[in-house]
Order: sequence, then structure tokens, then C-alpha cells
Amino acid sequence: MTDMTMNESLNGSMTESNAEVFFPDPLPGQERFVAPLDDTPLADVDSVNDEVPATSMWADAWKKLRRNPLFIISAVLAIFVILVALFPFLFTKQDPMACNLDNSLGAGTSGHPFGYDLQGCDVYSRVVYGTRTSVSIGILTTLLVTVFGGLIGAVAGFFGGWVDAILSRVTDIFFAIPMLLGAIVLLQMFRTSGSIWKIVFTLTLFGWVQMARITRSAVMEAKNLEFNTASTALGSSPVRNLFNHILPNSLAPIIVMATMSLGNYIVSEATLSFLGIGLPTSLVSWGGDISTAQSLLTTNPSVLFYPSAALAITVLAFIMMGDAVKDALDPKSKTV
Amino acid sequence: MGKYLLRRILQMIPVVLGTTLLIYALVFALPGDPVAAMFGDKPVNQAVAAQIRAEYNLDKPFLVQYVLFLKNALTLNFGNTFAGQPVISVIGRAFPVTIQLALMAFVFEGVFGVLFGIISGLTKGKWSDTIILVISLLLISVPTFVTGFILQYFLGVKWHVLPATAGAHPGFIDLLMPAIVLGSVSMASIIRLTRTEISSNISEDYVRTARAKGMGNFQVIVHHVLRNSLIPVVTYLGADIGGLMGGAMITERIFNIQGVGNTLYQAIVRGEGTLVVSIVTILVMIFVVTSLLVDLLYAVLDPRIRYA
Repeated sequence: MTDMTMNESLNGSMTESNAEVFFPDPLPGQERFVAPLDDTPLADVDSVNDEVPATSMWADAWKKLRRNPLFIISAVLAIFVILVALFPFLFTKQDPMACNLDNSLGAGTSGHPFGYDLQGCDVYSRVVYGTRTSVSIGILTTLLVTVFGGLIGAVAGFFGGWVDAILSRVTDIFFAIPMLLGAIVLLQMFRTSGSIWKIVFTLTLFGWVQMARITRSAVMEAKNLEFNTASTALGSSPVRNLFNHILPNSLAPIIVMATMSLGNYIVSEATLSFLGIGLPTSLVSWGGDISTAQSLLTTNPSVLFYPSAALAITVLAFIMMGDAVKDALDPKSKTV
Repeated sequence: MGKYLLRRILQMIPVVLGTTLLIYALVFALPGDPVAAMFGDKPVNQAVAAQIRAEYNLDKPFLVQYVLFLKNALTLNFGNTFAGQPVISVIGRAFPVTIQLALMAFVFEGVFGVLFGIISGLTKGKWSDTIILVISLLLISVPTFVTGFILQYFLGVKWHVLPATAGAHPGFIDLLMPAIVLGSVSMASIIRLTRTEISSNISEDYVRTARAKGMGNFQVIVHHVLRNSLIPVVTYLGADIGGLMGGAMITERIFNIQGVGNTLYQAIVRGEGTLVVSIVTILVMIFVVTSLLVDLLYAVLDPRIRYA
């Protein structure tokens, strides 16, 4: 690189006298270090390589996730659990409802590795088939909470003013009711129903608040960023801005919240079943099996152990995955 | 400050009204006739039933019932339970036990959550951190009632360390195990929260500045790292008081404690609207007041926050 190009890239019209004002003589005892011109090709530093596609926040996060052992372990576990939920018949040939009282509390034998419960049902096949109930309640509730809570939060944060005031008060009302308490009152109405949807709807009704609050603050933050003003200046409508720019930029906390709370909903279902107002016994679920096995704790703890362990491992997998996703999406956090 | 307080108190009114209305509507919509249930197996005497309905305002439309309830509640007159006891005396008997239980759980989760969180956050990556992290993850993923059964079996039944169930007038020792069970999940969350906060605050510029000025390690941790890390923890603790009261329902059933949770659960199952709504109203009031106190506490913890 020659001196001329250097001058051009700094300031093309810089004259001799200007340069002297710019770089006054050093005081005695002071040294001035000037990088050798040839080593700092400014054009290279400033240049943008537009041949390679730009990395997005999501691509960066995915790169980080792939290197995080915590994520690999939890993702493998979660995929395994979802596979069991989708195809339980691949993992056991026993029918979870085929119970024989002759086998009551029988020990594990080949083909029945976990033994039998009080009713003589095969514990292993009940654990396998219970996966579907628990996991689908967790996933469906998470989806509904994300859509419903996210929508309310986005509308409140985006429109502000009286819309926000009203929606925020409604959020406050639901926030003041402990989830378990509201769920018990509501589920009394559907005691006879045997579908998992009553649990899903109940948990959604009392669980959307957190999601709404998080989305609201994320949208309010993204709303005031420059790209949004730029988009408005280019003539896009506010609603278009909301869907094209604001929501994609507030997705990170929503995704983190959703992954973390999935496990909580599974635990909540088990808790409701423990209180006797969750799912009927005609449906195989971990919560139901744990609550029927509670009386056997002193005599046959293994009947209580297996469904509890399955529940704990599943919840653990989703919580760990949430942690990993949080680390990857939050540029400020430093991975463990 | 006075203006802020006034605005917050005014904002509390719609929340309390809305919450009680919501719960009242839910209980009102419950299937089954509670008056018919009171007769048990005996044939329903229509005249007596009508009298009972009039006494409990059950013959009036829903909104009238609700307004009458509110009017009476303002004078702390919650009416009678279906068994004939004044609601206020049932509540008066149940609340002290649950408040003691919730306070013990609160202190337990606050003290141990912050303590282990600090240890974990300061020794990030070491074995002590790993152990604390694994235990807190386990506590979160195992349902409270399973933790409760296991502790009850080992500490209460097998080793006789602590009483397995609480009696009619439980003391500190009787409530110790229930309080630990009740606070365990929140403790685990507080550990995780404190750990994250500390490990992110410890690399902040103001910490480096404090160290560069020659401040001792202990001073830096206490005055700079901890004070800034505890704000989210205080928020969590404040919001958790309502959760503890709700969670008491599980714990009280496991350890047979005659507190609010048990009373509320039985009232819901019996469809006793007045009792349910009365208890929920008090719980919501506790929740709303504590969250106001938490917001005021911020100003103490974080000098940057000033309420105009």
C-alpha cells in the first residue's frame, strides 16, 4: 500500500499543514508509536465480505447450542421421551390396562422388568404409556400458553395506552390467583370429563400470565428500536411492523420461557392427579400412577419409584434444554 | 413516595375486585346443589331448603350475591359455613397454622436458597457448584408431593428424626419437615437465580473498579456483587408468598395439618362458595400487599430506583 492510498482513505483533501496540527510534535520524554502503514490495510479491515451469507442471531445460537454438552444430553433425552410418547407400542408389548390381580405387587420378571403394581398391572408398560399423557399435556399447554399469552402481551406492549392499561389489569388479576388454587376450583366443574384437554385448558387459563408479561416487555423494548422507525419511514403499516420486525426480535425470551415452563406443566398435571382432581384412572398417566402408589411407599417403594423417576427425568431434560437455549440466545450470559 | 403509594393502592382495588369476582363466578358455576347435599341421604324438605337458600342468598342472581358478599366482607362479616360456624372463626383457626408454616418455609428457602446460591455462584465450575446445581435441578423436577412422601418416610417413619405428621396444635418441630418440603422447590429456584445473578455481576465493570481501588474481596462481594444480585431474588421471594399459600394445599394434605390449604380444599370439594371466596380474598390481599412491599424494598436495595 502506498502513502497516497493511505491519505485517500483517511482524508483525501488533507494538506501538509493540516497534518501538522493533527500530529503535533511529541513532548520531550514522550514517545509516539505509529503503526507501520503497510501493516494496516484499512480497506481490508473495513471491507465486508458479502459473498458469505450473514449470520443471524439464530444461526449463532444454533452454533453455540451444538457445542453445549448440556444441550446435547437434554435434547437426546427429550427426543427419546417424545418418541416414546408417539410410539409407545415400540417400547413394550404389554397392554398397560391388562391387569391381573394374581400378579398384584409381583416382583420384576423377564418381560416385566419393573414388576407389578397393586392392581397387578405391568409397571413398565404403564410408565411407557403414561409418557404420552404427560408429555402431550406439557407440549399442548406450552403451545397454547405461548400463543395466547404471547398474543395478549404483544398487543398490550405494541398498542400501549388504554389497551395496555386494561390488559395489564387483567393480567394482574390472573397473576394474583395461585395457579394450583385456580386449577382446583376450575377442574371441579369437569370432574367427570376424561379428556386431557380439561387439564390443558385449565393450566393455560392460569399459566398465560407469565408469558404475557415477558412478551409485553420484550415487545415494548423492540418497538423503540431504530429498525422499526426505519420500516415505518419506508411506509410499512404498524401491524406489518409488529409481525415482520417486532415479534421476530422479541422471540428469544419467549422461547426460553416456553422451554423452561414445559416441565412445570408436567409437574402440575401430576400434582392435580395427586389431589384427585386430575385425570381419571381410565387414562394412564404418571401423575395418576404416582398418586395411587403413594400408599405403597413403605411396602413396595419401587411401584412409586418408576413413574416418579420417569417424570423427573423428563422434566429435568426440558429444564436443562431451557437453560441451554437461554445461554445460547442471551449474548450477555456466559456459558457454564 | 406518597403519590406512588396512593397510585399503587388505587391499582390494588380493581385487582382484588376482579380476582374475587372471577373466583366467585367459578365457584358459582360449580355443578351440584350444595343445599341438597346438606340433607345427605334424607329427603329434601323444600321449606327448609328455601329458608337455607334465603339465608345464604343462594336464591338471588349471581351478581347480587357477589355484591352482597362484598358488602359483608368489608365489615369482615363473611357469613356462616354450611355447618353453621361463622366463616371468620374457621378462617381464624386455619390461618395461624398456615402463616406459621409459610413463614418457616419462606425463611428456609430465603436463607438456604441465597446461601447455596452464593456458594454456587462464587465457586462456579468447581465440585461444590456442581453438587448444589444437581440437587437444585432434582428438587425442581421431582413433584413436591413425591419429595414430601420420601422425607416423611425416611425422616418420620423410618429414622424418627422429626414427627411424621403434625397434630392438632402443631409446634415448631412438627412443622419443620412440612416447611422444608413446602420451601424446597422455591429454594432450588432461588439457588439457580442467585447463582446466575452473581456469576454475571461478578464480571461487571464496577466490580473490577472496586477491586482496582484496593477493596478487600469480602467487601467487594458483600457491598457490590451481593447487593446488585439480590434484587431479582427479592422479587422472586415476594411473588412466592402467594405461591407458598397455594402450595400449602399439598403439604398440608401430606402431613395432615389443619390449615388454610386443607380447609380450602375441603370447601372447594363441598362446593361451599362463601368459604372458598372468603379464603381466596384473604390470600389475594396478602399477595397484593406483599408485592407492594417488594416494590418498596427495591428502593432500599437499589439506590438508582426512586419513587416519585
